[in-house]
Amino acid sequence: MFKDPAPKLPLEQLERNFADINPPLTPGQALEEGSRCLFCHDAPCIKACPTGIDVPQFIRQILTGNRRGSARTILEANILGQSCARACPTSVLCEGACVLNHEGKKPVEIGKLQRYAVDPIVAAGTKLFKAGAPNGFRVALIGAGPASLSCAAELRKRGYEAVIFDANPQPGGLDTYGIAAYKMRADDVRKEIELVRSLGVEIKSGVVAGKDISLQELERDYQAVFIGIGLGETEDLQIPGEDLPGCRDALSFIEETKSKSLDQVQVARRVAVIGAGNTAIDVVTAARRLGAEEVYMVYRRSRQQMSAFDYEYELARRDNVRFVWQALPQRIVGNGRVEALECVRTRRQEGANDARGRGAFLPVPGTEFRLDVGMVVKALGQKRKVSFLQQIPELELKNGCIQVDPQTMQTANPQYFAGGDCVNGGGEVVDAVAHGKKAALGIHQMLEAAKGKSAVNMSRA
Amino acid sequence: MPDLSIHFCGVRSPNPFWLASGPPANTAYQVMRAFDAGWGGAVWKTIGEPIINTASRYGSVDLKNERMMGLNNIELISDRPVEVNLREIAEVKKRYPKHTVVASLMVESRREAWHDIVRRTEDAGADMLELNFGCPHGMSERGMGAAVGQVPEYATMITGWVKEVARTPVIVKLTPNVTDISHMAKAAMAGGANAVSLVNTFNSIVGVDLDSYAPRPAVAGRGSHGGYCGPAVKPIALHMVSSVAKAVPIPISGIGGIGNWRDAVEFMLLGSTSVQVCTAAMHYGFRIVRDMIDGLENYLEEKGFNSAMDIVGKSVPRIEDWGNLDLNYKIIARIDAAKCIGCNLCYIACEDGAHQCIRVEERPHGDLRHGPLPEHVPHVLEDECVGCNLCALVCPVPGCITMTEINTGRPAMSWKQLQDARGRSPQCSMEDLLAGGNTSN
Repeated sequence: MFKDPAPKLPLEQLERNFADINPPLTPGQALEEGSRCLFCHDAPCIKACPTGIDVPQFIRQILTGNRRGSARTILEANILGQSCARACPTSVLCEGACVLNHEGKKPVEIGKLQRYAVDPIVAAGTKLFKAGAPNGFRVALIGAGPASLSCAAELRKRGYEAVIFDANPQPGGLDTYGIAAYKMRADDVRKEIELVRSLGVEIKSGVVAGKDISLQELERDYQAVFIGIGLGETEDLQIPGEDLPGCRDALSFIEETKSKSLDQVQVARRVAVIGAGNTAIDVVTAARRLGAEEVYMVYRRSRQQMSAFDYEYELARRDNVRFVWQALPQRIVGNGRVEALECVRTRRQEGANDARGRGAFLPVPGTEFRLDVGMVVKALGQKRKVSFLQQIPELELKNGCIQVDPQTMQTANPQYFAGGDCVNGGGEVVDAVAHGKKAALGIHQMLEAAKGKSAVNMSRA
Repeated sequence: MPDLSIHFCGVRSPNPFWLASGPPANTAYQVMRAFDAGWGGAVWKTIGEPIINTASRYGSVDLKNERMMGLNNIELISDRPVEVNLREIAEVKKRYPKHTVVASLMVESRREAWHDIVRRTEDAGADMLELNFGCPHGMSERGMGAAVGQVPEYATMITGWVKEVARTPVIVKLTPNVTDISHMAKAAMAGGANAVSLVNTFNSIVGVDLDSYAPRPAVAGRGSHGGYCGPAVKPIALHMVSSVAKAVPIPISGIGGIGNWRDAVEFMLLGSTSVQVCTAAMHYGFRIVRDMIDGLENYLEEKGFNSAMDIVGKSVPRIEDWGNLDLNYKIIARIDAAKCIGCNLCYIACEDGAHQCIRVEERPHGDLRHGPLPEHVPHVLEDECVGCNLCALVCPVPGCITMTEINTGRPAMSWKQLQDARGRSPQCSMEDLLAGGNTSN
């Protein structure tokens, strides 16, 4: 496949390379770390959590040996608390808000404690929640990522029938497919989805809404429809050579590391990854850990503008990734397969900014250079699923993102609600979970109101 | 350099730090290790007719991540023959003539038995005797230990028997498991005691195993009440020491949760000449004495004292009846916004646990992805603050909440003075009397 494939590493070493980056806390560590929590009143960690997990409460429950209660506190607020304990950028969320930071101390390691609390409970399949008494309403959810899973679980607790239609063979969305293996194992996600299923959520995998089942059918058979379809394929580079074998997109690469045995995933000896977001970091680190000897991270702008979190950047740095700042790919060259990436240096144009205020970086003629790589991975962010969304009547889109009422997550078409990446253009798992929860409440309020009205109408009749 | 040595009933000790009678002072090996580490004295584990112990023997109370805040034991006195203990005492005294060796004694309540053990112990070379009238478990069921210490007449009588033959100073060790320990100190003095030591351990059940339903520590699934000690009992011990210091004029050896030089200084300020340590040595070993010596020395030097003896009892006169405290003294809480970390513990403590004198806005939702979080500082309603200290106690940041004295412009007036003033001027309101101080006529 590659001109110069990376030497194959033994499976044991690959497994070591992809081992859990944050090994679980021991009981002693959990006790010590939990003891550092001050049990703040109206705690900032709660307010910084999009799902509002009562962090001091669950830590207190760990300390009192009430592990089950602790897991319940977390999962009540965030049914994907296990994923979020791994995937959340805690340094800008709960841990970033921890008051200990203001005293020059390390914040309480909330993410690790959360994991300590939920892991054994989710793994054991302990039943913590009951579905509500059936209320006769049915809600369809499109996509089985974090937003839909959270929305469906919340709806089941209130007695709604919740049916998820998902195009992928496995549910979980980016939770399953899009997060580096050393952060989250596919098996962990599977157990978490079992927890959602145990509430009576039905997941129809391999069913493409709008194709295998029409939107009209959904609108007819379900009182509300939740759109949690996430985003589409990786954006194209729009440069020559993009179609050469050896050039691929970031998400399918990460998916491969999570769905195949690691010794079945091939990389080239030298790899260039284009982009500087958190997904790009997942790719460069994965490539290094799979045995690539030189991995370049190519970014048009500079270190200051990169969208990856600082701790993600540190991960890549520790994996000896080579950062190529202010370089714009111009073409991928090779005879039948990728042999090199040709770039040109960029310079920041003073005073000019792009839509996100990141400054305009323009190519500098005469500064062309070439990276001899056998593999190019595109990690430029994902396309919006505009063509699908345009099939839904009345839906309002802005930059390809669905416009919703931020309180209820209701779209301009009152029967449709939405949440997750297809609304915010690409956020964290925890944001999607928060959207799903809000939407469930929005759907509930709408249908309750409708029920009230029809009851009024009936009594009038 | 201040002099750390003390004189206790005429016996000189290199410093006030003694091992208490207990497991760390069980053998010559241990006592000599302790002396090498720097301890000034040791009270030998109680000598008497050898007993048989159980397994297990200890249980403890942890506080979050802190181990052994309190320690409970159901161990009895020495399980070694009297002559072995006495031979080892002689050996220790020969090798460490300047260190203080106190022999703790407990025998059946017979005059001859006491005469015999006192003579033999003194012949072995012990500097002083400590009569164990305090052991609250096991031995008390056999009519010894606390069974003696809880009945003033017995305590007086047995102390008297000992004094009939003793040539060395006699310390009576008091049990705290009584309603008024100063009464027991007086009883010991009535029997001729030269000094008292307190406190022995508190009756306790340290916990129950939630799975097996057995108390802790358990012996084959059952348990018996034990004696509680360690940091958790220190405040109770301090009070008892101060009340004994007020009640009797004889030296006190203070015991109860002492683990560092600060604890030791507190016991000394409240009337202890020497201090005895057990739990802390069981937890960390004899090496803790190094900082005890160093810390005490630095403290004395900084405060300008020449001798450790100078601080003994210095705070006793400041322990008053509540009725003598000044009702016109006013302090209020002040929060240093620059130090406040926004935990709101002061707010919730005052709101739910005190007098609702602190206000704070509800914290807005927000994370760091959109910039730094706004400052979040509670404020004190100064006119409402009653000056109770609770907020300052719960505040996790040193120096963030200070209790600041407010000049009320009123002269000092205690409750007792207020009662007198009311008697003199029954027509005046309480508030007027307080405002006028003690001068109204």
